[in-house]
Amino acid sequence: MEIAVQEFKHCDMITVSGRVDSATAPKLAQALEAANEGGKYKLVINMEGLEYMSSAGFRALLAAQRNCKKYNRGEVVLASVPDRIRDALELAGFTELFKTFDDPISAVGHF
Amino acid sequence: MQTVQFAAKFEYLDEIREFVGNIARAGGFNDKEIYNIQLATDEAASNIIEHAYEGVGDGLLEISCGVQGGVITIILVDHGEPFDPSEVPTPDLKADLSERKIGGLGIFLMRKLMDEIHYSAEPKKNRNTLKMIKRRG
Repeated sequence: MEIAVQEFKHCDMITVSGRVDSATAPKLAQALEAANEGGKYKLVINMEGLEYMSSAGFRALLAAQRNCKKYNRGEVVLASVPDRIRDALELAGFTELFKTFDDPISAVGHF
Repeated sequence: MQTVQFAAKFEYLDEIREFVGNIARAGGFNDKEIYNIQLATDEAASNIIEHAYEGVGDGLLEISCGVQGGVITIILVDHGEPFDPSEVPTPDLKADLSERKIGGLGIFLMRKLMDEIHYSAEPKKNRNTLKMIKRRG
């Protein structure tokens, strides 16, 4: 799993690629927490290069969404979600908790 | 059936997914089915590592996998604390963000993605067995 952070005027984009499972999810959680600690609560998670995500990754996304939405200070949105990951998110009832965008540019434009 | 022993550590999840993925592919399952079989096996293995072997540093996880007549069978054997997935309540998938619980989500996915799940604990032998079955679409 690789994580890259890019700052935009109105939000930050966190690009996560590779595979997120119980071994790697803590790193994703840390990256999301670090953004929050830096006062960033408007986050785009770019999943374009994501190959795999288990429920351990979903857990990290849920924690971040809770923290970001607190006091209406922001939100986590998802961009370029690969089909199989979208299927699993849907099965878990997660698609209702996150706005999703077909590409990173429209996701950034949401903020 | 092929059987491989893995150290019960999260860092081997990659190899575990590859092991069942290769057998599923050779058995004619399509890419989507293979992904789902890998996800279900990952969730099952993660649960064993996290719960059955909680606090145990050197647990072993034995995984057997094979395809016969268009049906894949995956058997996970551990020697940790019994942990019956059927006793884990189904998470409320309609709960809003603040009420949403993440516990039990892996087991829920496992049940949804596979056709059958059977669990048996043999405390005298210190042996727990989780068997998952999926028919080719």
